[in-house]
Parts: sequence; C-alpha cells; structure tokens
Amino acid sequence: MNSEQIRQVIMDILERIAPDEDLSDLDDSRPFREQMELDSMDFLDIVMELRKMYRIQIPEEDYPNLNTMAGTVEYLLPKLKDVPVGT
Amino acid sequence: MRYDTVIIGAGMSGLSAGVRLAYYEKKVCILERHTTIGGLNSFYRLRNRNYDVGLHAITNYAKPGTKNGPLSKLLRQLRMTWDDFDLCPQLKSSIVFPGVRMQFTNDFSYFQDQVIHSFPAQADGFLRLLKRIDEHDPLNLDRVAVSAREVVSEYIRDPLLVDMLFCPLMFYGSATPRDMDFSQFVIMFKSIFYEGFGRPFEGIRQILKRLVKHFKSLGGQLRLRAGVQQIRQKDGMATSVVLDDGSEIEADHVLSSAGAAETMRLIDPTASIVRPVAGDISFVESISVLDCEPSALGHQDTIVFYNNAPEFRYERPVDPIDLRSGIICSPNNFDYAQPLEDGRIRITALAEPDYWMNLPAEDYVAEKARWNERIIESAISHLPDFRSHVIDTDVFTPRTIRRFTGHDNGCVYGAPEKFVNGQTSLKNLYLCGTDQGFLGIVGAMLSGITIANRYLLK
Repeated sequence: MNSEQIRQVIMDILERIAPDEDLSDLDDSRPFREQMELDSMDFLDIVMELRKMYRIQIPEEDYPNLNTMAGTVEYLLPKLKDVPVGT
Repeated sequence: MRYDTVIIGAGMSGLSAGVRLAYYEKKVCILERHTTIGGLNSFYRLRNRNYDVGLHAITNYAKPGTKNGPLSKLLRQLRMTWDDFDLCPQLKSSIVFPGVRMQFTNDFSYFQDQVIHSFPAQADGFLRLLKRIDEHDPLNLDRVAVSAREVVSEYIRDPLLVDMLFCPLMFYGSATPRDMDFSQFVIMFKSIFYEGFGRPFEGIRQILKRLVKHFKSLGGQLRLRAGVQQIRQKDGMATSVVLDDGSEIEADHVLSSAGAAETMRLIDPTASIVRPVAGDISFVESISVLDCEPSALGHQDTIVFYNNAPEFRYERPVDPIDLRSGIICSPNNFDYAQPLEDGRIRITALAEPDYWMNLPAEDYVAEKARWNERIIESAISHLPDFRSHVIDTDVFTPRTIRRFTGHDNGCVYGAPEKFVNGQTSLKNLYLCGTDQGFLGIVGAMLSGITIANRYLLK
C-alpha cells in the first residue's frame, strides 16, 4: 500500500469507530483529538482494528506517533508497504 | 473446545463484553443459567402480553447523532447504531414530596428553573453544587469514597431539597442505604438530570435482541440453560468452569457477572474466608395493565418519584414493603411515533428480602396480591385513580429476582462494596456488572466493555 491507500484504511477505521463524526475536512497535520470526540477507549480501538486487519502489533511507546493522520500514515508506511490493498 | 474467555451471565454487561471480545476475534462463550437472556434487565410474556423486568427507563439519554457522553461512547464501542437502541425520549417526570413537586425533562435548564422556583433561598447553593459536579471526575478509579450527603449539604441547607435530589438517584442506582459515594452521586446526577430518560418502543427486548444478534454474527457463542456451578482453579488461576449438568469448559479467562459474593462461592463453596457481603437493597413491583392509555385518565408523567413521609428513607425496610415512598412508571409516556399495545402503570417500592424469601409457597401468591393493593393505595394520591381500568396484574418480589438472576437477596444494585478494577482473588477471573460498580443499563454495558478492554483484549 502507498500513503494514500493507508490514509483510506485509517479513514475507514475512524468511520467505524465514530460514525457520527463528519470527517470530510479532517486536517492531516492536526491531532485527531482536536478535531473529533475521540477518547482513550476509541484511540485504543484504532490500534486494535489495525491489529485485527493486518496483524501488526503497535507497542504502547509508539502511540504518540498516531496522534495525527500524517503521523499515523508515516508510521505505518514501512509496516504496510508490502501489504496489498484490500487484505 | 477451549475458549479465550468464558463469560458467566447473559445480561447487559456479559453480552456487551462478549461483543467486544468477539469483534476482536476472541473465542468467547457466554453461559446463562436461565432460559432467556437479560439477567436483571430481562423480559417475559404472560397471558399473551409482553413485560419488561427492571427497565423503567434508560438513563443517559442522548439525541441520535450526539458525539459525546456515555451512550455515544457505548454505541461506538459496540459498533452498534442509534437505530439498534431505538430510544424515544421521556415526556416529563416528577419528584413529589409533602408540599413540593418538582418536574424534570431531558432539558436540564427546565429542572434548574424548577429547583430555583421551588427553593429560592437555595438557588445560589444549587448553582455552586452544579459547578462542583461539573468539575468532579467521577471515573478516577483511584478515588477515595466521600459521603455525597456531606458534600451536598455544604451547598444546600434545606434538607427537603437534599432529599428530593437524592430520591431519584438512590432509587435508580444506589447499592448503599441512606447515602452514596459522591462520585456515584455525580454519575447518577448527570445520567438522570443532565441527560435524562429514554425507552425503546419495544422495551428492553429491543436492545437485548440486537446485542445477541450482533454477538452471534461476530462468531460468539451463547448457551442458555447452562448454569455454572463451579469455577475450578489451580495455583491461583481459574482453569475451567463446571456446568450444572456436570460438563466442563476450559478457558484462559473467566469473566463473571454473577456478583462478587456469588462468584467467590463458585470458586469454593466451603471456604471460611470472609467473602464480600452481598447487597440487600431490593424491590417489589406492582404492574397493572390498563384498558386505556394512562394519559387518557390524565396521567402524563413518565416517572414519578414520590415520598409521603417527612424524611426520605432509602434502606432495607422493617416491613415487607416500605409504603412511604416509591416510583410510578408509565412506559406509555415516552415520545413514541405510535401508541403501545396497552396501558401500563408500574409502581415500585423498597422491599424486605427475607420476608419474601421465607414465605411458605402456599401464602406467597396471596401475600403478593394483598401487598399489591397496598402499594397502589399508597401511590394513588400521585396519579388518577386507575383501579377500575385494570385488566391484568403481575407482581414481582425479591424472590422473583433471586430466582431469575441468582443474586443473593434479590439484590438489584449489587453489593455495597464495589470492585471497580474488576479483579478477584484469582488472577484470570474478573468481575463485571453491578458489583464492578457501573450502574444502570448504560452503566452495566460500559462495565462489561471496560473490563473486557482492560484485561481480555491483550
């Protein structure tokens, strides 16, 4: 997957976790939490959804990398670059 | 078959925990002794009519699409939709004490005006109390218990107003008599006064059936008529559960909603250790089916919390039923798109568990009928006299609750001592539900979710 495809994966996860949020003008460089109602339980769900979908483990000390969309995509790119879309 | 987690009890907390675990592909099985799901919030059919147990109203109401608050958090965690719960808001509820009636809706400013209008001298203190409530973090799990009555009395000097504020909060969720922990007070205050009441048109079965369907679609297993009689242990770890029929199921983790004392008994029925004490706050409920809507008789209230005595006493009564106070609920008086099938008046009052447990079988039915009349009589000054419109009656007591939920004393809100972190004496055995400490229907579901997230999704 490339950056754009990974971004779409994250968008799909956010839509499942927070279906009542309007994500159409999400700013990739600003923290998720400033732009939507996302508490620690929801945040953990992003990590667990990624584990469920792609079997990737994200250690707790890496969580700060996932605060923004841009940070999340950058963090995931090396882990997912060899994974085909739609798996 | 070995499971990642076995859950004891298919009530709100067990089912919600099950959904979380199944969603994340854990092998999970829910074991329920009863023939149907629900536990303390269940449903039944009697003489061709549907009834709810427990549920008067769901607290923490929020309009569909609301992005924050407990209900929204719950739906997100379960990956369920607002339509799954189908909550319709209440019309208006009342707190009625001698000489004073205050009303509230799901719009908090309405209640605030009522308090200030009824107790003008307390207005300033009430507003300061609200500020204290807003600033308090009730979910801090390292909290020290503080008497809510002491805190509230710092702000409100009139004991009548103190009692009137406590009455609905205690009736709808206090496991402790007379007083409650301030954090619990804050949770209940927000869930009832800030957020308010709702009910699914179909009653509690709506939510339970959606939960089960969702759980099964995710691969979870539910077994009814599968009571757990023992939790086997080795070296401080639970290894398996033994069912009533003697069969054994192995699991890496056990999550129990059976109650703290009840669960400890499953580990070792003979141990002389000091067990957690089971709670003893229980209720009798009188259910009248009417030949018309209560509103046709002039009764518009969704819930009436009443107290006829000079002081409000929330405690295990001396008499079989405490006739001084109670709750009148009309499930018809919610804002539905269409009317319910029939009219209902439910009146609930505190009960003395031992009296009802120990009645000889041959007296039980007659005593239920006798006390049903007395409960209605004690409540009738707060609503139009509906007695000539009654076409069917049912009554449940602490004995009914124990029989169907397995909770000692027919206890409704769990043990006075809560196990907030869900841990027990066995490393891989956890508690959820009323004894873990989140109360109400939304609270029970969040209890299952919280404990599942914390320990069982690793």
